[in-house]
Amino acid sequence: MNANLKRTIEEAVLPPLVALVVALIVGDLLILAYGQAPSAVWRLLIDGTWGNAYGFGQVLYKATTLTCTGLAVAMSLRAGLFNIGAEGQLAAGGFGAGLAGLALPAGTPAFLAVPICVMAAMLCGGLVGAVPGALRAKFGAHEVIVTIMLNFIVLALLNYFVSAKLHVPETLHTPEVHAGGLPRLSNLIGVFHGSAANWTIVIVALAAVAAWWFLFKTRVGYELRAVGLQPDAAEYAGVNVGITWRNALIVSGALAGLGGINFVLGYKGYYEDGFSGGAGFLGIAVALVGRNHPLGVVIAALFFATLSQGGLAINAMVPKQIVEALQGIVIVAVATSVPEVRRILRNAVSKSGGQH
Amino acid sequence: MSAPLSATWSAPNDTKALAVRMTGIDKRFGPVRANRGASLEARQGEIHALVGENGAGKSTLMKMLAGMFAPDGGTIEVGGRDVTGWSTAQAIGTGVGMVHQHFMLVPTLTVAENVVLGREPVSVATFDAARAIREVESLCEQSGLQVPADRLVADLSVGEAQRVEILKTLYRGARILLLDEPTAVLSPPEVTELWNVLRRVRDGGATIILITHKLDEVMNVTENITVMRQGETVARMATRDTSPEGIANAMVGRDVDLGVKVAHGGARAMGAPALHVKNLVVRGARVERAVNDVSFAIQPGEILGIAGVEGNGQTELLEALAGLRPAVSGAMSLGERDITALSVRDRGDAGLSHIPEDRHRRGLILDYTIADNLILGQQHRFTSGAAMDGAAVMAHAQSKIAEYDIRPTDPLLAARTLSGGNQQKIVIAREMSKPFVALLAAQPTRGVDVGAIEFIHGELRKAREAGKAVLLVSAELREVLSLSDRIAVMYGGKIVTVLNRADASEEILGPFMTGARREVTA
Repeated sequence: MNANLKRTIEEAVLPPLVALVVALIVGDLLILAYGQAPSAVWRLLIDGTWGNAYGFGQVLYKATTLTCTGLAVAMSLRAGLFNIGAEGQLAAGGFGAGLAGLALPAGTPAFLAVPICVMAAMLCGGLVGAVPGALRAKFGAHEVIVTIMLNFIVLALLNYFVSAKLHVPETLHTPEVHAGGLPRLSNLIGVFHGSAANWTIVIVALAAVAAWWFLFKTRVGYELRAVGLQPDAAEYAGVNVGITWRNALIVSGALAGLGGINFVLGYKGYYEDGFSGGAGFLGIAVALVGRNHPLGVVIAALFFATLSQGGLAINAMVPKQIVEALQGIVIVAVATSVPEVRRILRNAVSKSGGQH
Repeated sequence: MSAPLSATWSAPNDTKALAVRMTGIDKRFGPVRANRGASLEARQGEIHALVGENGAGKSTLMKMLAGMFAPDGGTIEVGGRDVTGWSTAQAIGTGVGMVHQHFMLVPTLTVAENVVLGREPVSVATFDAARAIREVESLCEQSGLQVPADRLVADLSVGEAQRVEILKTLYRGARILLLDEPTAVLSPPEVTELWNVLRRVRDGGATIILITHKLDEVMNVTENITVMRQGETVARMATRDTSPEGIANAMVGRDVDLGVKVAHGGARAMGAPALHVKNLVVRGARVERAVNDVSFAIQPGEILGIAGVEGNGQTELLEALAGLRPAVSGAMSLGERDITALSVRDRGDAGLSHIPEDRHRRGLILDYTIADNLILGQQHRFTSGAAMDGAAVMAHAQSKIAEYDIRPTDPLLAARTLSGGNQQKIVIAREMSKPFVALLAAQPTRGVDVGAIEFIHGELRKAREAGKAVLLVSAELREVLSLSDRIAVMYGGKIVTVLNRADASEEILGPFMTGARREVTA
């Protein structure tokens, strides 16, 4: 039992740690190339993120969105599918939350308004996820292609709705929501003052726990992971593989959509075109580094949020693009060592290779 | 306990020059010690059997000889030269070729293109297709391996594909041929053909090392035998000085009963059949009527064996019965109940158990734990509300692991880490410990070791004695003959004859299996 646990932990934790070490070494070299001392730059990065309340608040804020998109990608990968559409689903979720907040009359009590807006976000994200899910289940259309293409369609549609129908003049955002706004953490803990961290973090933490429970403790989760590992064996076990795929992408989309409330309800109070800003794509990296485990996703989201916030802090000494390079290195290093990715690549190769 | 194994180190036939000498080979994969001081000596111009239970380390030893990975300790000599830790390219260059259990061919290329791949004949910087075909045809002629050189590999039968694999190694000038369970996928005539070819290659002075589980093959075609157990070489013997029992005892480390028990229709009760199939038609992946108007009935307490060369509709028949493939027409019933329109899960609940033919693809989720695999297909019976009942799953696992002697006994180990025999025990334990009326057993002993075969056959007999109906499909004719009460032969999607066990023998069934004889019975 203990030996098993130890091996599981080693298998789960070792690749990301090695990736981190590799990234740090390459980062050292890059910083040296700019004539700066690596230790000073790293110190600055830590000071600017985990070293003060504002920086830490910003890390929490960014990690909240990334946790949602990371959970979304992890959920799909557990079912054997690669959801590249978290970007569009995140935006659609934010739009849904914003619309619900606008539609509700001002003064709706929070205990009604917040759940309604959260549901609207998950519903819109889930709807965007349902399209590739249904196409995959019914026609076998490859979800990677469909989700990538759907990103463009969804983002363009949202842009049209906002710019043509809903925007405040001279801006690309909607008016402020009447109800459903979430308070900042700084209202409760003063030192977070100025940071965007808000109560979304509690909702998302609950979502991560729920995702873990669903995946590893429920019958449907057992069946979903079976489909992801060996669809033929799942079919043998009486699981409808197509329906499982469809449902997994709906849940995946809903999780990404949930991330939209962080900006819309928690930070700005309105939907703004382009707010997703790559957080959906970064969710792929978060899921990979987090090894498709909800706890791993939370840790990986904190890591990527730290890098992203830290990039701003070290900008004075070295270009902030260095942290983007580090992100890339971590992703490549993890992607080449993670079994899930290798299996999906292998399946893709054997499918195109025919019967042998 | 049999005689001490050291006594079986009889002097092998050593008049010929040594081609391969492996001594003190160690190899470890993480916590698993696949080889522990294993050794092997094979001579020029011999067919050498390498036998042992699953997980004994045979394939590992051969892969190191073929340069696929380096040993942690020990030396490998080929033709008297130390080649320890060489690469596959060096191995191929020196004339060592391996034919793998799973073919490594490009299905979209022709036979000739596959054979010459890596050493293509070239004229003026372009691939000389005509010369490739000529060369491969002449190689076919010399070796006796008949395959149409210009056909696509995707269109070949399994037996033909294997011939292409052997041609490939010969084309590269292999003088030492390693074959990993070459007959697992072949029909009896194809097996005979393979032996003829291998004997011819051997008579040309080559060395052939054969990994196999089938002891009759060992007795028939080999000169010397190396036996491995748990990573060690435990015996080396000359084939003419030993017997199948002697080999099996060395493999398992205890006395094994290989006696082919003739079936007896024990508790068979006449009346309503437990499993009834009527005019079933099933579409295959490539064939319109892979199962073509098949009807049969199995009584409670009866084993109906289906003999036949693989690919004659057996797979589609079983998938249709299990609910994994729709029936085009016809009806299936379990006892009184029509199951034709039921889902996989409902059929299971109605009393159908299924040991699928490919446990790695269908029968197990290899990355799931033993405990989770022991409930696969019955997961809906182990729930409390939406959640799985973890305590019930573990209790179930512990009792089945003990009852079916699954090793290792830790229910939280991934099924992937178990040997083939123990993996199959998980499937058997799961399918035979739930309430069932009829059992579909497809290739129940494929790729498992002698000890596990004995156990699985015992379980199938127990099911019969308990009044279950068993449909047994096996590529092993001897298995069908030793277990079945009646034997049906499938050829071209039809049942071409049904014989009582007493009326059947390999000689009688052979012509039906190859389509030379048919008498479609009602």
